[in-house]
Amino acid sequence: MDDDPIITVNEVTKQFRDGTRALDGLSLIIPPGVIYGLLGPNGAGKTTLIRILATLLRPDTGTARIAGYDVARQPAKVRDRIGLAGQFAAVDDHLTGRENITMIGRLYGLSRRDAHLRTEQVLQRIHLDDAADRQVKTYSGGMRRRIDLAASLIGRPQVLFLDEPTTGVDPASRQDLWQLVRDLAAEGTTVLLTTQYLDEADQLADHIAVIDHGRLITEGTATELKDRTGGAVVELEVPAGQQEATLTALGALTAQLAAARDRVVLPAPHGPLTLRHALRLLDQADITPTDVALHRPTLDDVFLTLTRGTTTDRELAGRAA
Amino acid sequence: MTTSTIATRHLGRALAHTGVITRRNLLANIRLPDVLILSTIQPVVFMLMFLYVFGGAIQAALPAAAKGEYVYWLIPGILAQSAVFGSAPTAYGLNNDITKGVLDRFRSLPMARSAVLAGRTLSDLVRSTFILSLQLAVGILLGFRWQNGLTGLLAAMAVALAFGYACSWLMAYIGLVVRNSEAIQAAIYLVVFPMTLTSSVFLPTQTMPGWLQAFAEHQPITIIANALRALTLGQGTLPAGHTVIGETLLALAWTAGILAIFATLAIRAYRRNS
Repeated sequence: MDDDPIITVNEVTKQFRDGTRALDGLSLIIPPGVIYGLLGPNGAGKTTLIRILATLLRPDTGTARIAGYDVARQPAKVRDRIGLAGQFAAVDDHLTGRENITMIGRLYGLSRRDAHLRTEQVLQRIHLDDAADRQVKTYSGGMRRRIDLAASLIGRPQVLFLDEPTTGVDPASRQDLWQLVRDLAAEGTTVLLTTQYLDEADQLADHIAVIDHGRLITEGTATELKDRTGGAVVELEVPAGQQEATLTALGALTAQLAAARDRVVLPAPHGPLTLRHALRLLDQADITPTDVALHRPTLDDVFLTLTRGTTTDRELAGRAA
Repeated sequence: MTTSTIATRHLGRALAHTGVITRRNLLANIRLPDVLILSTIQPVVFMLMFLYVFGGAIQAALPAAAKGEYVYWLIPGILAQSAVFGSAPTAYGLNNDITKGVLDRFRSLPMARSAVLAGRTLSDLVRSTFILSLQLAVGILLGFRWQNGLTGLLAAMAVALAFGYACSWLMAYIGLVVRNSEAIQAAIYLVVFPMTLTSSVFLPTQTMPGWLQAFAEHQPITIIANALRALTLGQGTLPAGHTVIGETLLALAWTAGILAIFATLAIRAYRRNS
């Protein structure tokens, strides 16, 4: 097997005219044939990175290569090897699904005949069947995504970029899209996907990079990331109105309010010891939790502790001891 | 030899991709029948309005070559106007492709870089050809008769469409640099409406106040309208001292100038990776 990385990103920065620094010295190395998930909140720089890799934007400094070709200096070589399925499903409403795919095939350089042949093959993969000859404007969100993906596939790209592939898609279509992405990777296509959905990264990605403020926070397999959070998390439910007070009381333990704001989550590198310490701190602050749990972290917990937590494990251990 | 083979292959690819994009744009036109019908009817309705509302009052001001019939004056003028208006969809079409993310996909494909703009301007040229032919046909039904042979008429259509094509590149530039579609609409109407009203499209320029007349006589839409009149009706429609050939060459010079400037700007705007 070829072990040369298919995508290398080296110290890439990108600042926009309004002064926002979308990428701030980001580096990544992605081996061929994997599904690589870019995870991060809105504005973390995920889409900017995809746009740079797809030759739509030039980095201010740093370099990025696809299959050894520099995206800024050899964009034509790069475009021969990539497929892009965008956040907003860039398909033509007035064309049928079939016409959309054939058109992109022609633009990938296929002859008219080959474009038609490949369109049939690709259509079979995405199970669109009789809808293929209807105009795309009659499609559901999930069908649009599948056409969008199929259009990228017709050029047999080595690298496929999926920018938030399932945003706004119903759960059943989501499963279909995930399966399609897994099949592609199994055939050797490298997939780089951005997502805000942790379960999507967890289910789909072999490797995950968590990025925030244009920087790499951490990188690894889902299991590695979960282990890095300390192997366990404590989850607390406190009466409404006492959440801020709870965070203050637990300050040193880098507790975070969960996204739904209904519970407080903190890493528990020392398992039950951390839990006991947390409960003691709450007792001192006169806060009684309504529910307490100690469990293996989900990616949600990882995300929460990694993108906002600042205290290091060592400090934590020192205080807990 | 190898170089020329590569060049031929590049050209072949550019033409094939331009064809694909042109076809795609035309299909969108055909499959939006309400838009197609409205955008076809509107120029004809405008033409009828101007003809019947202004026609009676204007006859006296017309040169003898217009035979005292406003329809003779109006038809060549309205063709010049429609050529300009017919280029506006280039801006909307490109802007729509940008907003929907289609342009991003095209720019990430290994396709000829020239194909998106060439295909867009060509599909709008086809559309303008259809609309101008329809207007001419209605004009003929209403009594317009060309006096300079079929060659003159075809030359006039060619000049009008060439000018419209050049304007398409101006519109392509606007569509690429102005990102907001309402701002594009405002920009177009702010320029196109005053330009056609202060030209010889509807009326001879002689009755305008001196300061306006100076502008009206020399602005490009007047030159095009004059050239179309000269080609279809003869030199008698032109201000004293102007010739059919001279006016036509001037019209072509404006066309070439606008095309050269805005094709360069539009291509640069398309290539720029912000």
